[in-house]
Amino acid sequence: MKLITAVVKPHRLDEIKEALQAFGVQGLTVTEASGYGRQRGHTEVYRGAEYTVDLVPKVRIEVLVEDEDADDLVDVVVKAARTGKIGDGKVWSVPVETAVRVRTGERGPDAL
Amino acid sequence: MNGANTAFVLISAALVMLMTPGLAFFYGGMVRVKSALNMLMMSFISLGVVSLLWVLFGYSLTFGDDIGGGLLGNLDHIGFQGIEPTSLWGEKPDAIPVLAFALFQLMFAVITPALISGAVADRVKFGAWALFITVWTTIVYFPVAHWVWQADGWLFKKEVIDFAGGTAVHINAGAAGLAVALVLGKRIGFKKDPMRPHNLPLVMLGSGLLWFGWFGFNAGSALAANGTAANMAFNTQVATGVAMLGWLAYERIRHGAFTTLGAASGAVAGLVAITPSGAAVNAWGAIVIGLVAGVVCSWAVSLKYKLGYDDSLDVVGVHLVGGLIGTLLVGVLATDGVGGAAQLGKQALGAFTVLLYSFVVSWILAKLIDVTIGFRASEDEELGGIDQAFHAETAYDFSAVGGSARSTVPAATGASAPQKPHNKKVDA
Repeated sequence: MKLITAVVKPHRLDEIKEALQAFGVQGLTVTEASGYGRQRGHTEVYRGAEYTVDLVPKVRIEVLVEDEDADDLVDVVVKAARTGKIGDGKVWSVPVETAVRVRTGERGPDAL
Repeated sequence: MNGANTAFVLISAALVMLMTPGLAFFYGGMVRVKSALNMLMMSFISLGVVSLLWVLFGYSLTFGDDIGGGLLGNLDHIGFQGIEPTSLWGEKPDAIPVLAFALFQLMFAVITPALISGAVADRVKFGAWALFITVWTTIVYFPVAHWVWQADGWLFKKEVIDFAGGTAVHINAGAAGLAVALVLGKRIGFKKDPMRPHNLPLVMLGSGLLWFGWFGFNAGSALAANGTAANMAFNTQVATGVAMLGWLAYERIRHGAFTTLGAASGAVAGLVAITPSGAAVNAWGAIVIGLVAGVVCSWAVSLKYKLGYDDSLDVVGVHLVGGLIGTLLVGVLATDGVGGAAQLGKQALGAFTVLLYSFVVSWILAKLIDVTIGFRASEDEELGGIDQAFHAETAYDFSAVGGSARSTVPAATGASAPQKPHNKKVDA
């Protein structure tokens, strides 16, 4: 199994959710996050005082998938998240040793 | 007694009262989340403290007959002695009840110390603040208001024009704000940590309430429903609108954006500047005053970063500078024959005397409080947020986790106390 994690612009969340549903993903976890990449943040002005806001709002989406679906799913997320503008985010996948559905105790791929 | 004037002044008093909560929101939105309530409370407490002082001795010290030299009122009306509902203020046929006049003037005394609080946001002990405004109002506001507005006051007799309080209210509060900010020192993290306003819609709400209430503040100062009041109300609107445009234009050129905080601040700068001058100028004078106030105050708020004093919410840049602009420009722009170099000299005398008196006395008073009971909150209190430290509250509940209830209500009062399920047999 793989855990796909995407840190992306909040306003792309709906697009990504729809794309994941179309791909057949049953569930996902979304966390509000903040951070920056190479573009850093933005500047705000209050009575002439400029503040650099480094950490900009993001959402972190996590999905567990079977190994063979991982690469395709990464592509699906990247496609749905992309606006072409700076700050679109990152997507990565990591191996997962085990997963358990809490309600039934099913393990491994059955738990997805 | 004149019924129309009485009704007008009573309504104006209520309008001016609304300015203090308006100010509370204007300031409250500009601070960080952790001190939002304290900012509101520093204004609200003035509604309590000064209302009491006014009855005890404030009205008498301000509008009692002069004790000599035009410096202070006498003690004849301590505790509102000798003032009945039938007592009148002013000459017939314009006279209104003394109580209507006193209520209107009370609202000025309430908002002036509240204005100072913007200079000391985020870092003072609340009790020390309450003590400060109690003493400050007594030894600074009451005398200065007497000088400027009472017929025997020395600045009044020198024909200094301060129609609705540019000198007595704004220069006075601005100079005090600067003095107290200097005594207290900078907020921890000043110029280093971001201290963004936590709620700009609240700031807009506050400035809107101030703008609305200011019609009472300015027009009501005519103490009669007449042409002077109408001129003042009209000029208030024009100068305020133009000052907002001036501030925004300056910002767009200097910083590249038309900011919301700039619109709100420009409006307040215009309100301040038209306050002393609005009754003596025409609409074109109001436009000039508004434009100058908007642009110059917008520039002036950056002074604190250059000079290194932490007047947190720009009481100096908006109220002191705005008050000076209006007070001095009336010497130039007055249309009713009082303008000119001689009047400009009188205006400068009034403005700078009050500035100096307020600055010196406020500095000494703040220093005295600081070395006796301590004026500034501790580092922990400041970093953790003075809302929690002094008010046992927080403005917003952001988190669903992390809290737990602990009732401090005594449970032994009978009916409401939690009870065990009774008479229920539980199988082993």
